[in-house]
Amino acid sequence: MLASIMMPPPVWCIAGAVLLTACSREQAPLDSDRVLTVFAAASLVTAFDSLGEVLERRTPDLGVRFNSAGSQQLARQLAQGAEGDVFASPDERWMRFAVERGLVEEPEVFARNRLVVIFARRPELETMQLVNLASPGLKLVLAAPEVPLGRYARESLRKLSAAPGFGPDFAARAEEGAVSLEDNARSVLAKVRLGEADAGIVYGSDVAPGDTAVRVVAIPDPFNVDVEYHIAVVKAARDTAAARGFIALVRGAEGQAILERYGFLSVPPASR
Amino acid sequence: MTPLRIALRVAGAVAAGVTVALLVLPVVALVLHTSPGALIASLAEERTLQALRLSAITSLVSLLLVVTVGAPTAVLLAGRRFRGKALLETLITLPMVLPPTVAGLGLLLAFGRAGLLGGTLSQFGVTVPFTTLAVIVAQTFVALPFFITAATSGLRAIDLRYLEAAATLRASPWHRTIRVTLPLALPSLAAGAAMGWARALGEFGATITLAGNLPGRTQTMPLAVYFALETDLDAAVALAVLLLAVSFAVLLAVRASPLHAGPAGASRPRL
Repeated sequence: MLASIMMPPPVWCIAGAVLLTACSREQAPLDSDRVLTVFAAASLVTAFDSLGEVLERRTPDLGVRFNSAGSQQLARQLAQGAEGDVFASPDERWMRFAVERGLVEEPEVFARNRLVVIFARRPELETMQLVNLASPGLKLVLAAPEVPLGRYARESLRKLSAAPGFGPDFAARAEEGAVSLEDNARSVLAKVRLGEADAGIVYGSDVAPGDTAVRVVAIPDPFNVDVEYHIAVVKAARDTAAARGFIALVRGAEGQAILERYGFLSVPPASR
Repeated sequence: MTPLRIALRVAGAVAAGVTVALLVLPVVALVLHTSPGALIASLAEERTLQALRLSAITSLVSLLLVVTVGAPTAVLLAGRRFRGKALLETLITLPMVLPPTVAGLGLLLAFGRAGLLGGTLSQFGVTVPFTTLAVIVAQTFVALPFFITAATSGLRAIDLRYLEAAATLRASPWHRTIRVTLPLALPSLAAGAAMGWARALGEFGATITLAGNLPGRTQTMPLAVYFALETDLDAAVALAVLLLAVSFAVLLAVRASPLHAGPAGASRPRL
């Protein structure tokens, strides 16, 4: 008992496949004859739910369920033999990990994302701009450097340091002033949305269009980061045909339109 | 031995085997996964020492708070009946079933800058979120029910005849509390304190939600393990094993100490 309460959640997750379901969000239409299991990074959940519904409508005997967590957890679950058919992630490092271990086939790009800055809805923050991210006293939350969003945010802050008026030490001052290094975009968003933090950097797809709980400030392209999402068939897939069908849907016109609706950027047909 | 007795023994052995496999095997697996070299390398890192120091300080401060407010509460709950007592007891144990991240969210909505008490706290110049104070608040919140539950049941189990005997010997109420109740309740208070401390030390979900994660300020050992997992599984396991080793040493010491002697032990009241 003591051991279990002293372990942080991720340690349980990799401790055994028994706990796998406890740590992940799953929908299980178990009445279907065939089940496709998609391992999708947390930021993809809402968009993939819609895509799964489309595939289920098209293929009535197929049920689509999702296992969503951080890319590293998903990659490690696959490495431990967890049963999945498709792996989708914005984190190139963990996709490479899966490729190098022979867990997945060759990955393909299916979507892109950008970073945005969000400010809490407080009167004194209404006039804040990108340059204010390094202002003393501003409660900035970033994602931790250990997670992909954290690396991308730091890359963008470094690019902004070269912008006129920001100052070469802009990135260092912003990072130094950060009050918390969160584990993912949802946590950053939650802290800003609740008004506990003043500002944060998240993926564009994390803020729904028309969301008025936070104020979104775009980062101009030259200072932004091109985040690419990769998707691949798991080599040990039980239903390779269904896995390929899902990837074709995601990369096809209908899938791209759905992803755009959820704030992702589509991929030009040539690279699809 | 009769066949029934043999069957009962076998059943008992199987149950104990399942218990050991479930509770001990994961710990053994973690220890086997790491090596003394990895542990030493981990200890040499500034970040590990920072997290260890922060965990030690915050969990001990939390323990102090837990005992300070928990012990009188336990005395109240173990004592006479009053209206709404069942309700109060249930409310106090409720945090034990809350998923820690939800507990953290509740704490944020209560003590955060924009929370229920946020305005009042800021008038006193106190800000909770993203501070070491938030770590202590989260740990105290999750540990308190464990301590109160153990302490209350310990206090209830005290044989009232000892207290009656003390009263007939004209011991004052204060004297009775210090010389009779306290020694008799000490084992369960110590057990409750050990449980509460362990829970505080391992606290993760409420901490990351209320206090965030910043090395040196709010990144305790469990958070350090979590973030190490993002990049380096072996480093994460080494950190986790360090945390286990520290906890094991402390809990074993509490168990072996005279404090933990059972009610039949040496702590018979002396007047």
